[in-house]
Parts: sequence; structure tokens; C-alpha cells
Amino acid sequence: MKKTSIPLHRNPKLRSLAVQVSLLFLVFYALFSLYSTTVSNLEDRGIKTSIGFFDEIAPFKVGYSPFLDFKLGETTYIEVFFIGVMNTLLVAILGIIAATFLGFFIGILRTSNNWIASKFALVFVETFRNMPLLLQIMFWNFAIFLAFLPPPKKSIEMGLFYLNSRGLHTPLPVIEDNILSFIWFGIIIATIIGAFIFAKRAKNNFERTGKSVPVFYYSLIAIFGIGFLSFFALGKPLGVEIPVLGKFNFKGGGQLPLPLFSLWFALTVYTSAFIAENVRAGISSISKGQIEAARSIGLSRAQMVRMVILPQALRVVIPPTISQYLNLTKNSSLAIAVGFEEVVAVWANISLNQTGQALIIIAMTIIFYECCSLLTSFILNMYNKRVQIAGR
Amino acid sequence: MSENSTNFIKIPDREPPINSIGWLAWIRHNLFGSTTNTIITVLFFYFFYLYIPPFVDWAILNANISGSDRSVCDANKAGACWTFIKVRLDQLLFGLYFATNPEEIWRPIFVFALFGMLVVPLVIDSTPHKKWLLMILLTIYPVIFIAVVYGGVFGIPVSDTGQWGGLLLTFALAFVGIVLALPLGILLALGRRSEMPIVRALSITYIEFWRGTPLITILFMASVMLPLFFPSGVEFDKVVRAMIGITLFQSAYTAEAVRGGLQAIDKGQNEASMALGMGYWRRTMLIVLPQALKISIPSIVNTFIALFKDTSLVSIIGLLDLLKMSQNASRSLDWNGYDIEGYLFAGFVFWIFCFGMSSYSQKLEQKLDTDRRSE
Amino acid sequence: MTSTTAPKNSIDTDNAPIITIDKLNKWYGKFHVLKDIDLSVNKTEKIVICGPSGSGKSTLIRCINRLEVHQEGSIIVDGTELTDDVKHINEIRSDVGMVFQHFNLFPHLTVLENCTLAPIWVRKKSKIEADEIGMELLTKVRIPDQAHKYPGQLSGGQQQRVAIARALCMQPRVMLFDEPTSALDPEMIKEVLETMIELAESGMTMLVVTHEMGFANKVADRVIFMDEGQIVEQNDPGNFFNNPKSDRTKLFLSQILEH
Repeated sequence: MKKTSIPLHRNPKLRSLAVQVSLLFLVFYALFSLYSTTVSNLEDRGIKTSIGFFDEIAPFKVGYSPFLDFKLGETTYIEVFFIGVMNTLLVAILGIIAATFLGFFIGILRTSNNWIASKFALVFVETFRNMPLLLQIMFWNFAIFLAFLPPPKKSIEMGLFYLNSRGLHTPLPVIEDNILSFIWFGIIIATIIGAFIFAKRAKNNFERTGKSVPVFYYSLIAIFGIGFLSFFALGKPLGVEIPVLGKFNFKGGGQLPLPLFSLWFALTVYTSAFIAENVRAGISSISKGQIEAARSIGLSRAQMVRMVILPQALRVVIPPTISQYLNLTKNSSLAIAVGFEEVVAVWANISLNQTGQALIIIAMTIIFYECCSLLTSFILNMYNKRVQIAGR
Repeated sequence: MSENSTNFIKIPDREPPINSIGWLAWIRHNLFGSTTNTIITVLFFYFFYLYIPPFVDWAILNANISGSDRSVCDANKAGACWTFIKVRLDQLLFGLYFATNPEEIWRPIFVFALFGMLVVPLVIDSTPHKKWLLMILLTIYPVIFIAVVYGGVFGIPVSDTGQWGGLLLTFALAFVGIVLALPLGILLALGRRSEMPIVRALSITYIEFWRGTPLITILFMASVMLPLFFPSGVEFDKVVRAMIGITLFQSAYTAEAVRGGLQAIDKGQNEASMALGMGYWRRTMLIVLPQALKISIPSIVNTFIALFKDTSLVSIIGLLDLLKMSQNASRSLDWNGYDIEGYLFAGFVFWIFCFGMSSYSQKLEQKLDTDRRSE
Repeated sequence: MTSTTAPKNSIDTDNAPIITIDKLNKWYGKFHVLKDIDLSVNKTEKIVICGPSGSGKSTLIRCINRLEVHQEGSIIVDGTELTDDVKHINEIRSDVGMVFQHFNLFPHLTVLENCTLAPIWVRKKSKIEADEIGMELLTKVRIPDQAHKYPGQLSGGQQQRVAIARALCMQPRVMLFDEPTSALDPEMIKEVLETMIELAESGMTMLVVTHEMGFANKVADRVIFMDEGQIVEQNDPGNFFNNPKSDRTKLFLSQILEH
């Protein structure tokens, strides 16, 4: 008995395999030929693609490097790369913190039952998210801050913070005695751990008896009290460096030069418009029935917000907000327009022009951003998994 | 049932108590509902009082619009200098080439007008044959655009792309981005949902690669590396390089928007068409894609808004888009010092387009939502 | 019901009405929804309110725990008048249980947590005690085995029984039901009605907006028919169904009993 055999080209499995293998081959061939043409093109221009330039001395100045000391004539290219990466991360973290606060504030205003507050938030959101970020960065930096902020001698004072046309100057803690500072940090950490143990016990006690203790306030008092006492007992191991007006500008303390300040400001405002929209969507995703049910069992307004509205709204708000954090990090690359020295400006632009090592430099820049992107997806997946376990 | 029934007497409707309706009640409820509410209202009024009147004074009441050079503005510093925008308007909208060749200026005006004529009916609900209109916009219109703006055919002189600029360039970059990225994005979205693992993996890698990288890096890559990718002798125009970078970047975002639409299509649609004996491509082209694309239009519009704003990044690689044009203008010797006006004008133009598109996409989303619910 | 769920002040025997509504008028904007409503409800009384949709019956019971605000007249619940005073409103709400048409369970909390949320935070009970009450009531509504699931994992009928248990956990003196079965499939309607009948037999004061005439006939002390925002007729179920006075009531009954 003979089985009717299927002609090879009509066997779906074989066909799909053939398609895939040839596609894979095509892609790799294309990538490889791109790579080899690029390398040979670079060689024609006298550039041999290799990572040898990492240890060469960078012949240009990087003005802002708070985490790595930059010395013209000593710092190498690879160090310049790390300075760029750290500056990117610095502005990203500053932006994320500020944009979260501003975004939640505007988003809550948007859902407020005060008409004027809600309309103000609407105008804020629609204004800032519908204009290019680059335009906003340049507007704040060139047209507003550079033009209207006073010179250093007439700085705007906000406590120990000084704002002028050179940037923002902040007080900065400095370690004066290594060992004693270390001990002091240890004491603080021990107090915080103690507070957690206390909170846990208070929770158990609450579950058993229903008597609640204001754990948060007690812990706060304990941490600050013990922190202060031990700080003086150890003879002030940490000092605060306050910016002091020098001949031309403030010296000492933390410095946010104007480009960084403008970038931070613009990123914060732009991203907060998107976060505010997420917050609005999250809060309005809660049905009226939920609020009525919470009221009908007698929860107070604060309890309703804490126990019913927030936990449900945050599930809707957090995932897109995490994506906004990634966008903010990527958008910080626009710093190049105002001259802040983050990774694209200092590496993909200046270093590339100096060395001509296009292939390696662009690849490293992209890999850095891909790492940020992968980290974000990882965090998002973790969050989604955790939420999925908790019902719904 | 008994016979002795009474008639139902309706109590006549009364007007509600005077303090619960009308604008007074509205104000009390929406502005002074509680103590916190009152405080918020007062704070906002104070804030508006501080900032709105001076701004209106500067931008409208005291503003300068007459004259044709800076002397008018310099004489009245209390108001905005819109004279500057008026004088430079041709450059800001159409770029240097068309501003310096007034006899050619009909060309950008023609393509903008044609675009308007195609888009306005698309936005209106009752227009018939929208599909065909959209097809014309995405296929024939780009050809007309190139023929008229670039020239070289029908005796229209060739324009120098190096001198393209202003809103025209912004528009050209964004439009090319969306038109070329759409087919690429659809293919990628189908690839990402393919049953062939290698196709799927390649699509995912491609999409996530472009989505993970900032556009500015891609533009650098396009302007620095693109010439290196090809054997020497192959030359690319600067504008074309930017267009290639933008298209690759945009295709990844379009793919994600289309994928959203594909995911929303009921599995049964695919199964039903399979039961009718359709092959993969027929199934996809005739049944699944038309429905998926319809659903994903709002998200595609949203990615287009993002792209439209992002085209401003080409100013960093030396193209003279609307943003760069207004910046250059306000830094030229003639108008040095009028930065704010330049940025505000460019910002306003961007805002009009983006806000219009986002309102449209929101409206569309609501409509799709109600359509689906009523089905 | 057992001692834990009996009304708080079950000792006092005076027969003062627990809810007194006097000349109640309410408008939505310019639309006059409730007109001159007078109603008093005695302790342990069971009242069924019926009427065509838009007749104001849901609005009426939602006014009783101030989910809706009225403009004229007064509502006195257990000796406290409903005004804007937040303290009074919260006191009344924790004494008046409410069951909604669409259950409105909290999707992010387990079934048991739904029940214990208010006892813990409003009644300041310990978690252990609240859990005990919660489990007891879940047993009453016959779903103790579902206690640690989330609402989304339950059927509609089960969800509605959880909603009843959640309201009972506050040991309310009055229970309000706003069309509790109209979002349910027929076989689930039965299980919810059985739970409500048991509750009625335990002596709870109940106001029920429903079209389940079988339930009204069996349980109600009084049936109220509303139309156009006013009370058209009220009577004991026997007279209401067999001997309606108003022509409007007759019409309504003929329509509803037809199928």
C-alpha cells in the first residue's frame, strides 16, 4: 500500500521552514554586507575600526562632570563616555522625580470638582504636550532663563538655593570625618530598621485588637530625633557646603548649570503633562458605583481615597507612567540643543567628530539606551505579573 | 379586581428652589463647594490676576504689527514684535527657496491647499467614499507633492532641497514618514503576530530596537553612517537621509499601533475566513487587516502627532525646519533679540496641528467605542 | 440572625418609625424627580417599592443614605436628620446597608476583605474579630468557600450575595436594595431572593426596589407603587395585588403580570 505523498513545495511545514531560513539568511547577509562596507569605507578615510581609541586622551573639555573628575589632558575617551552616561542618568532621575510630583498634582487638579482648577489643568496638559519638546527646551533656555534670570550678584534667593543666569546652586552635604559619618549612617539605618519592626508589630497588634497606633508619626519622630541627637553626639561628622558668591559666580555646593536646569525644567513640564493625563485616566477609570459603594458602607473621604480609589487607579496609572520615565530618559538626549554634556552630546557628537569611530560610538550609544529600555520592560513585566496575581 | 378605581392625579411639576439652579448655583457648586474649594478658587483667581493681564497687554494690546523693520518694535518694547513674524512669514512657512523666488511661491501654497481639500472631507463624518479619498491622499498626493515642490517635470524648475525649510519641510518630513512607514509597519505588525518563530523574533527585534533608541541618535546615524553603509559614489541628499531615518524610526511605532488593532480583532474572524478556505494572505488582506486598520486609526494618528513634533529634531543635524527657521530668524541681525516671538509663533503653529489631530483622534476613538458597543 | 448581626439597640421597644420622610422634593437640574414624598418606615417593616423605570423609586432610596441630595423636605433616619453635616452622614451610612444593582464589589480586594473593610476602618474592630463576622455572614449567604477569591472570579449571583454580606457586616439597622436582581440571570435571581427572604425572616428592616412580585407577595408588609416621582398607592400585598385602587396601578400590574 502506498501513501499519497505530498509534493515538497506544498508541505506547509517545509514551506514555512524554507521561508524562515531564507529570511534569516537574507537579514544576516544584509547586516554583514552593511558592516563590511562601513568598515572598508571608514578605512578609506583612514579610520581603522577598533576600540583602541578608548584609552586615548580626549582633546576637548567637558565642563560638567559631578561624579568623575575631568582633567583636560588626562581624561580618556572611555571616561568621557561614562561622564556622558552619568550626566544622562542624573538629569533622568531629577526629571523623573519632579515630573512625577508635578504630573500627579496636575492630574489630581484635572479631576478636582473645582471647575477652575480642572480647566487650568486641562489647559496645562494640552499646551505642553502638543508642542515639540525641543522647542520648549530652547524656549525656556534661550528666550526665558538666559534673557531674564539675573546675573550672579543679584541671584534669586530661595533659602539656601540660589538661581541666576548661570544656573541653580544648591547646598550639598559633605563628609568631614569618614569613620564617624559611617557610624552615623549606621545609626540612621538601624533606626529605620527598628521603625519597620515596630510597624510590623503594630500591624499585628492592630489585627488582633483593632487598636491602631500612629506608626508613621512615631517612626518619623524617632528617626529624626535619634538622627539629630547622634549627629551632635558624634560631633557633626557631616557638613553642609553652602554655595558662596565668588567674584563671578557661586562656588561650592551643588551646581546645576543653566543648560541642565533648563533641560530639567522642560523635561519635567513636558513629561508631567503626559503623566497628568495618565493620572486623570486612572482616576476616571473607577466607576461611580465603586465610590457609591465605598460611601454606602460609611468610609470617610480619606479612607475611600486610600482604600478604594488609589489602589485601583494606580494599577491603571503606573504602567504608562513607567513608559513615560523611559521616554524622559530618551528625550534627555535633546540636551545637545542647549549644550548640556550628556551621552549623545559628548559621545555620539563630539567624540564621534574627533575620532571618526562612527561604528563603535553609535553602537555604544544605542546599546546604552537599549539597556534602559530593557530595564523598563523588565520592571513593567514584573509589575504586571504582581498585579495579575492580586486578582482581576 | 374591584371596580371602584380612582384616577391617577399627577402633581404638576414645579420649578426647583431658586438656589439650586442657574448660574449662581453653578458657581456655588463648582467654585465654592467647600472651604478647600473656595481657597483653591481664590488662589487661582489671584494667580490669573497676576499673570494674565500683563501677558495680554504684551501679546495683544501693546503689540507691534505695523512697519517692515525693527525700528517700530525697538521704539515700543512694552509689546510683542509681531512685525518680525509678518515680515518673515514666507520664510517661516515655505523656506528659503520659495521665499526668495516669489514667482515660485504658488507651488507650496498649491500643495498645502490640495492637502487641505483632501483632509477636510476626511474629518467630516458624512463624507462618502472616505476610503478612496484616503487612498488618494496616501498614494497620488505624495507624487503630486514631489512633482510640484521638487519640480523637474512639466517645465517646473527644480528646487534646491538644501534650501527647503520652514513648515513646508516639517510637513514633508512628517508626511513622508507616515506614508512610507505605514506599509512597513503593517508588515512588521503581521510579522510580530506570525506563527513562524524566526519571522516573529526578527520583527520583535526590529521594532524594539528602533523604539528603544532616541530619534536624535537615529538622525545622527542617518546623517553620519548612512553614507558609510553604501559603496562610495552613492550620494544621499541631506533631506533624504533624514527621511530614511524618520521612516525606519516611525515604522516601529506604526507597527505597534497596528498590532493593537490586530489584537482587538476577534479570533472568530480569522477562523471563519479559514473555514471559507481562504489562504493566509487573502484572509489577512480581505478580512483581518481592513478591520484592524480601522480600529488602529486613532493610535496611528497619535504616533503621527509624536512624529510631527519630533521632526523638529532635524534642526540639530542642520536642516532648516520650522523651529530652526524661527530660531535663525530671531538671531539674524535684522531681528536679534526677538526670540520669544519666534518661539511662540513656531510653538503656536505646531500646537494648532497637534491639538487638532489629537482632538480628532479622541473623537474617533469615542466613535469607535460606541460603534463597537452597539454592535 | 445571631446576636452579632442583630440590630444594635434591640432592647428599646418603642415603635417610633426608623425612617421618616416628610414632603420630600428633589430635582435633577430642572427635572422634578421626586414630588412631595411622605413615607415612614417602622422597625422590622419590609417595604417593596415598584413602578415603571424613571418613576423615581431608585432615587428615593438613594436619598435615604444621601447618595443623592434632596432640595426640599426632610429625611430623618433613626432620629438623625440628613443634612450636609459630614459626621451625621457617615453615622447614618454605617447604620444603613445598601445593595446595588451592579453589586459594586471592590475588585482589588478578596471577598472576605470586601466584607471586613468597613468593620475594621469604620467600626474599628480588630482584624480577627472582623474576619470572624465576615466568615459568619459569608456562611449565612452560603459562600464561605469563596472567601479568599476575588470578585471577578465569582458568578453574578455569588457576587450579589457577597454584596449583601458586605452590607450586613456593618450590622445595619436598615437595609436598602436597589434592584438587586435586575442584572442577574434567572437561576441566579432565585439564589439571591432566597438570601433576601432569609434576611427578612430574621427581622431586618428592609426597603426593596424590585419588580419581583413573587418576592413582594411573600415578604412585604407594604407595597408602594410610584410613578412620575410620586407615591401613587401603598397597601399590604394582598390588597395591592388583588384590589388596586388607582387605574395607574392596575395598568402597571397588568403589564408586569402578563409575562
